[in-house]
Parts: sequence; C-alpha cells; structure tokens
Amino acid sequence: MKREGRFWRDLKEHKMLLLMFLPGLLYFIIFHYLPMYGTVLAFKDFRISEGIWGSPWVGFRHFEYAFDDLGFINALRNTLIISLLKLVLGFPAPIIFAILLNEIGRSTFKKFVQTVSYLPHFISWVVLGGVFISFLSLNGPLNLILEMFGFAPRIFMSEENGFVAILILTDIWKGFGWGAIIYIAALAGLDPSMYEAAVIDGANRWHRIRYITLPSLVPVMTILIILSMSGILDAGFDQIFNMYNSRVVDVSEIIDTYVYKKGLVDADYSYATAIGLFKSIVALVMIVISNKIANTIRGKEADALW
Amino acid sequence: MRYGKGKEIKALKRSAGGIWFDSINYLFMLFIVVITLYPFANQVSISLSTTAGAYSDKILLIPNPISLDTYKVAFHYDAIWSGFNNSLFRMGLGTLISVVFTALTAYPLVKKRLPFRKTFIMMILFTMLFNGGLIPNFFLVKELGFLDTIWALVIPGMISGFNVYIMAAFFRNLPESLEESAKIDGAGYFRIFTRIVFPLSLPVIAVIALWVAVGHWNEWFASLIYTQDPHKYVLQVVLRRIIIENNTQDITTIARQIGKTQAFTTRQMQATVIMISTVPMLIIYPFVQKYFAKGVMLGAVKG
Repeated sequence: MKREGRFWRDLKEHKMLLLMFLPGLLYFIIFHYLPMYGTVLAFKDFRISEGIWGSPWVGFRHFEYAFDDLGFINALRNTLIISLLKLVLGFPAPIIFAILLNEIGRSTFKKFVQTVSYLPHFISWVVLGGVFISFLSLNGPLNLILEMFGFAPRIFMSEENGFVAILILTDIWKGFGWGAIIYIAALAGLDPSMYEAAVIDGANRWHRIRYITLPSLVPVMTILIILSMSGILDAGFDQIFNMYNSRVVDVSEIIDTYVYKKGLVDADYSYATAIGLFKSIVALVMIVISNKIANTIRGKEADALW
Repeated sequence: MRYGKGKEIKALKRSAGGIWFDSINYLFMLFIVVITLYPFANQVSISLSTTAGAYSDKILLIPNPISLDTYKVAFHYDAIWSGFNNSLFRMGLGTLISVVFTALTAYPLVKKRLPFRKTFIMMILFTMLFNGGLIPNFFLVKELGFLDTIWALVIPGMISGFNVYIMAAFFRNLPESLEESAKIDGAGYFRIFTRIVFPLSLPVIAVIALWVAVGHWNEWFASLIYTQDPHKYVLQVVLRRIIIENNTQDITTIARQIGKTQAFTTRQMQATVIMISTVPMLIIYPFVQKYFAKGVMLGAVKG
C-alpha cells in the first residue's frame, strides 16, 4: 500500500511533466512504433482492394523468395562489398587526419584546415552527385589532368570497377573532416606535460604518436566501431541513388535502392517490406552483438553504448 | 633532468620530430584543403564562364571570360524560385517544431521520479536501433493524408532519439538550485521549463536547431516520394531533376524565350543551379561551423 501511495503521489506531482511528454510519446508511437507494426505487411500478400489488414497471410514466403531472387542476392552482395570497403578504408581516414593535424600545433592554419575539411559534410548528395558527375566526366578536370600526364581520357562513372572506387573515395572525401572532430577534441584534452615528459625520456615523434596519441583515441574508436557495425547494410542510399546510372547498376544496386525500386516503382509492397525488415533486423542484431563484444573486451560499462 | 624550461623542450620537440616531417605534413594539409575546395571552385568557374572558356581552359579555376548567361536563365526559371521558397518554409517550420517538441520530450525524462521514466527512455532508445523501413512509413504518411502537404516533410522526422538524448544530457547538468528556488516560489514544471530551463539551454538548442535546419535544407527523399505537385518540390528535388535526371527541357525553353539559345551547355547550367543551392550554405558556414563542431562534442559528453 505504501509503494502504491508513493506512485500516485509521484503521478500527481508530475502530471504537468507527463502532459509535456505526451506529444513526444504520441509522436514515437505513431511515427516509429506504428511503422514497426506495419512490417506485418512482409508476412502478407498485399492487395490494394483489401488493404493492409484485409490482405491474406503468407508467412515467410517473401523471405524465402528473396533468397531465390538474383536481384536481391546481387543487391545484398553489393551492399556488403561497398559498406565493408567504406568501413575498412573510411574508418582510419579521420584518425590519420586528426593525428597529423595534431602535429601541426596550435595555429590559424590548423583551424583553417579543420574548418575546410568538414565543409562537404553539409552539402547534400544531390549537389555532390552533380559536382562529381561533372568533375569525372569526359570534359571534367580529372580527365584533363590525366591527359596532361599522357593518359587516355576515361568515362569513370560508366566503368564498373571505377564506379565502386568513386563511391568509396567520394564518401571518404565527404566524411573524413566531420569524422575527425571527435578525435581532434579527444587529442585537445590531452595533458601537454605527457608529451614533454616523453621528449625528456628521449621519445621521437613516432614514439609519441604510437604511445601517447594513438592510445588516447582508443575509447572513441571503440564507440565508433560499435556504431558503424549496425550500419553494415547501409551502403549509402543518398550517395548511390544520386550517382549511379544504368551502366553501373549491376555493381551499385544496394538493398536500399532495391527496396525503393521494388516498393515504390514496381509497387511490390509486401516484398519490399520484407527486404526492408530483413535489413532492420540485421542492424538490430549487429548492434546488440557488437555492444556485447565491447562490454566483454573492455570489462566495464564505461565505453559501451548502454 | 637537463631540460627544465618549456622553451628548450619546445625547441627539442621541433628538432626531434624533424623539419622534414613538419614540411611534408604542412604540404599534406595544404593538399587536403585543395582537394576539398577544388571541385567547388571548378563548379563556380564553369557556371561563370562562357562555353568556349569553360572547355578551352584545362583546369578551370578562374572564370574565363566571365559570362552571367546561365544565371540570367536560372533567374527566369520559376521552379528554382518556388523550390527555394518551399525549402525555406520547410526549414523554418520544421526546425521550429523539431526544437520545441524535442525539448518538451527531453525535459520530463531528466526528472528521476517521473512515473514510467525507464519505460519512456527504453521506448525512445529502441527507435534508434530498429525501424519499420521505407514501405510502412510510406503507407503511414499516405494514410494520414500528408501527401503533397508540408506535414509529410516536417512531421515524420520531427523528433530524433539522438537529439532528445543530447538535450536531456544538457538539462541534467543545469544547476538544480535554480529550479528549486522557483519551485519554492510556487512555479509549476511548465513555468520552470519555459522561464528557466529553456532560456538557460540556448547553447544546446542553437546547436540542435542548426543541425535540424541543415538537415531540412539538404533533405530531398521525402519530397521526392511524398510530393506529386511540381510547384511543391523543395529546392533539392528541383536540383535533382536538373542535375541528376538531366531534365533540362524547361531551361532550354526559357533560354530561348530570353534570347540566350546556344550560349551555354547543360553542364554549365547544372553548375549554375549547384551554385545557387550551395552559396547560401557557403555564406553562413564560416559563422556557424563552430556550433556544428560543438554539437558533436555534446553528443560525446556521455562517455
């Protein structure tokens, strides 16, 4: 009875706060939990005449079909290739940049470089898609530069291998500066006396980077690795949707673009929902697993997400 | 130790690291600046050059000779104007409701004795880990009658769990004594929120407002799938049609109307619309960039 009494007292005392929370609560229910419930579409055979609720159940048929669907298999493979390459090549880029920038010391030049470096983060892929299509075109600067060195001009955006390389390089180009902010801040918080002590002990620059700078970045790196694991099936919809074309679609069709085509272009709603659900579940499983791993490795809660 | 004074240590640090490393590092940083800015500089020059200039100059960096023809055509292109207005309106409304409702959602969660607090937090956390995907969201927006309205663009993404989390972290660090004294004076939670918490939280609110605003300015997919009426396209979708889908018939028509036929190529026209959409961002960027960077740190405070 006493506990219940306290609950009612808390409720009464916080009724204004609950009222303030109400719009947010409704928002999350309607715009997040309702679509989650809407994934039942993946287990139905959607017919417009019967609506979402009236359409018949088909169990796991759409999922079984997906793994016989060469289009989906190809999209899954492309997604994994592109996102893994982006992770492996893109993850070290901001770290290397932050470490090298840290060696510049405090100066206006350092600030300027950093400010410039994260400018592309604020430009949409619609615009950047246009910029790179122009930049890499037959009349674009890259071909003109290559020509000066005696290479034959190439249509980079139409070559399958070249296109995947373009996706990865432009993704790194757009994101390294922004990604470096958090590392640069971690380095700025380091006690300069540690470097001074290391110098006195005879450490050269490489030693200082290896034994002071790099280890101080490990906690941040752990968190960022965990976060990036859940995006293993995110190969970058915005980027690819605005850059790909029919000549390179075989190597750049990813799960997200495939869901868009199947769902909103072909109106195969149930199947597209099933593929989307597959992706969401993989993301969920990945983040739970990687968080567990992080907890075990570190042996403490501090660096894990929750 | 022999090196007791800071000055000597500094000198040693220089020599120990070697002038070579420093020089190469500076050059590398300069190279990074160049590869980041050059693609934009190239677009500026293409948009401002005559066709002959744009194609004769090998690595176009400075317009040669200057021609404003493409800008004149863009100026007469209604779709760019309506897109610009739609984007501005969307950004204003979207940012306003996002900030207000994010703050209203975050504040109660800071109160330890709020009933169902844990449940609410878990509920919001889960939305950051799992989502229903494109198709259920599309049906929801459609069923709500949001198609071809501004609501389709500003409501579905109104509150993000991440922003709630950042704001709550900030609220938690506000001095409790201020709230306590207001409570003694008989102020309710809503009054405390509007009179004390919100004004004191302007730094975090500014950061989130900027993030959301840039997000709205750059967002195109919602407008692409939820808007059918071309007059309601946001600027990014208008751009997409010109830049990515190569849809330049309207522009050719306008060019003919104002007597600029054959004066420029599609690529130049595309460079022009790229600049029109990017210049507002480039102008405000130097002034607001430090707030963006600050926001990243707010998110990292937790660890």
